[in-house]
Amino acid sequence: MLSIKDLYVSVEGMEILKGINLEVKPGEVHAIMGPNGSGKSTLANVLAGKEEYEVTSGSVLFDGEDLLEKAPEDRAKDGLFLSFQYPVEIPGVPMVNFLKSAVNEHRKHKGEKELTAGEFLKLMREKMDMVDMHPNLTNRSVNEGFSGGEKKKNEIFQMALLEPRLAILDETDSGLDIDALKTVANGVNALRSPERSAIVVTHYQRLLDYIVPDFVHILYKGKIVKTAGKELALELEEKGYDWIKTDN
Amino acid sequence: MSVTLEKVDLSLKYTAYYKQVKEELFEGSSDILNAQRSKAFQSFVMQGIPTRKNEDYKYTNLHPSFAPEFAFVHSRTDEEANLQEIFRCDVPQLNTTLAFVYNGWFSKKSSAIDQLPEGVILDSLENISKERPELLSKYASLANPDEDPMVAMNTAFAKDGFFLFVPKGVVLDKAIQIINLMKGSSDLLVTQRNYICVEEGAKLQLLLCDHSENLNNYLSNSVTEVFAGSNAEVEFYALQNQHNKATSIHSVFVEQQRDSRVTTHTASLHGGLIRNNLKFILNGENCEANMYGITFLDKKQHADNFTQVIHAKPHCVSNQVYKNVLDEQSTGAFSGRIHVVRDAQKTNAFQRNNNLLLTDQATMQTKPQLIIDADDVKCSHGATVGQIDEEALFYLRARGIDEDKARLMMMNAFAHEVIQEIKLEPLRERIDELVDKRLRGELARCHECSYGKDC
Repeated sequence: MLSIKDLYVSVEGMEILKGINLEVKPGEVHAIMGPNGSGKSTLANVLAGKEEYEVTSGSVLFDGEDLLEKAPEDRAKDGLFLSFQYPVEIPGVPMVNFLKSAVNEHRKHKGEKELTAGEFLKLMREKMDMVDMHPNLTNRSVNEGFSGGEKKKNEIFQMALLEPRLAILDETDSGLDIDALKTVANGVNALRSPERSAIVVTHYQRLLDYIVPDFVHILYKGKIVKTAGKELALELEEKGYDWIKTDN
Repeated sequence: MSVTLEKVDLSLKYTAYYKQVKEELFEGSSDILNAQRSKAFQSFVMQGIPTRKNEDYKYTNLHPSFAPEFAFVHSRTDEEANLQEIFRCDVPQLNTTLAFVYNGWFSKKSSAIDQLPEGVILDSLENISKERPELLSKYASLANPDEDPMVAMNTAFAKDGFFLFVPKGVVLDKAIQIINLMKGSSDLLVTQRNYICVEEGAKLQLLLCDHSENLNNYLSNSVTEVFAGSNAEVEFYALQNQHNKATSIHSVFVEQQRDSRVTTHTASLHGGLIRNNLKFILNGENCEANMYGITFLDKKQHADNFTQVIHAKPHCVSNQVYKNVLDEQSTGAFSGRIHVVRDAQKTNAFQRNNNLLLTDQATMQTKPQLIIDADDVKCSHGATVGQIDEEALFYLRARGIDEDKARLMMMNAFAHEVIQEIKLEPLRERIDELVDKRLRGELARCHECSYGKDC
């Protein structure tokens, strides 16, 4: 599904990713862990198509197609979803308009009929229950005045609406209390299927108790320095990152 | 040096013209208007057409606008409104009492004034100033020719416009819509003078729509005086939607008596050069004044909103929100002056100007000015000039919304804060549509019109 080969990425002349190789097959959940500044968010943002990141070499294929030359909106419509680490507030853009546009752009892309306002509201209510979102939030502007936890839930809510085939969660667990964390994890797990994959970027093992990964990768100084099964996360929790740092 | 010469030349041209048509100006006009004429003319001679050296016009050079060889209309001509054409062209067709002003002359024939409640007067200024001079002399006094050369020029040349009177306690349940139509076979300079008096406890919603039927150079220099009696409520909407060869200089003066509420909305959607002067005098306690402005500019268009609020009495609130969206090589300006006089304690005065630049070539000048001579007041002002938030744009795109549409959503969002304050609901919806159309890069008028694409 996703195939990253020897990816090098710079931001403002500074090399952040230095040769990433990663293969994500349908149905798999990959966790990416690593200390601060190792390049985890850069990887997530490059995949979603953020412009200020410059790919200096390497390739990324999504369903066999070159992902890097596509616009962010086309990547999204192809089924890639980034749950933002810091969801931005957009005053004046109503949540409902935003969500309906997003859903209908996806539907048009798939050759499906656009939803009417009524149909959309029904779908929205259904998904809101799933992630335990307060109904008032959809009357506001996008993320405006949302608490940190509400913003993260809103990301998962959008994911539930758009049903991506590859979800990239960029530290979706940071700043969440344990109940919110479970809700977020439930949202992600509800989408798990043999066709859908996820990349879970996190600092902590905690989230992985709920979203159990097939692989855990450690990203350090722009490279994946270790890959193993879910037990690697437990090992990290116990030993910290120092042993990685001394080995590399 | 050349600027000074040009100033003299151009101003001389108009003073010479005044002398030439003086008889025509005085003829048929009322004593009350004629009495001001000569004095205002002297004032115009002293001031001339403003250049950037005039502090109040430092961001707007009016000289190119006055350069064409304009024709004037010094007497009433009875025009027929082509209603179908007008409404096809984006003048909102709302459920209003409609009235027309052609090239500065109020048209009684085309206006639906028989539908107005008893006691309400909507008539031509020429008529009223002859038939009911007491009404006019009771109110007309706000626009001082010595303070602004364009007011001076207007007072010297104006023969007509509309006069609207809402007597004590009358609440108009239907808004009045006045369409200012510019129409002519040559380049035209139009001078229009309007008076609006809303007496104690009366209520008025008024919508002015500027429109031009063909693509000549038009210059409109209009002055409107608004009087709100105690506890009166006035909503005053101005929709400026013309073309790139049109210059619109509109000076609005508002005086409020105690407990009154006046809200102005200025939506500038299209025009070559737009200068809006807006001056509020809060002359009684417990007044509320709201001033909203939304402006869209592209190509080489220019718009300058110049506001002044004088808090002359204690316990009043004023609130200004002006927003500009500037595309291509357009230029904009906002100057907002708040003056709290001595003893106007417990004043609340707010002002905000936000601007969105869509290109590197567009420029915006913004100048807040607070003069506070009282010591127990709350005043604030803020101005921002920025681009579209790239982070927000990326967020929308990352959800599958394409770039153009995402930009449109962001621009609509920017404008929405001002538009949502429009209380006249069908107008709000209509302006929402016009704004959306404008932002899509479509002409803010219909395609059936015979205008070239560049206008």
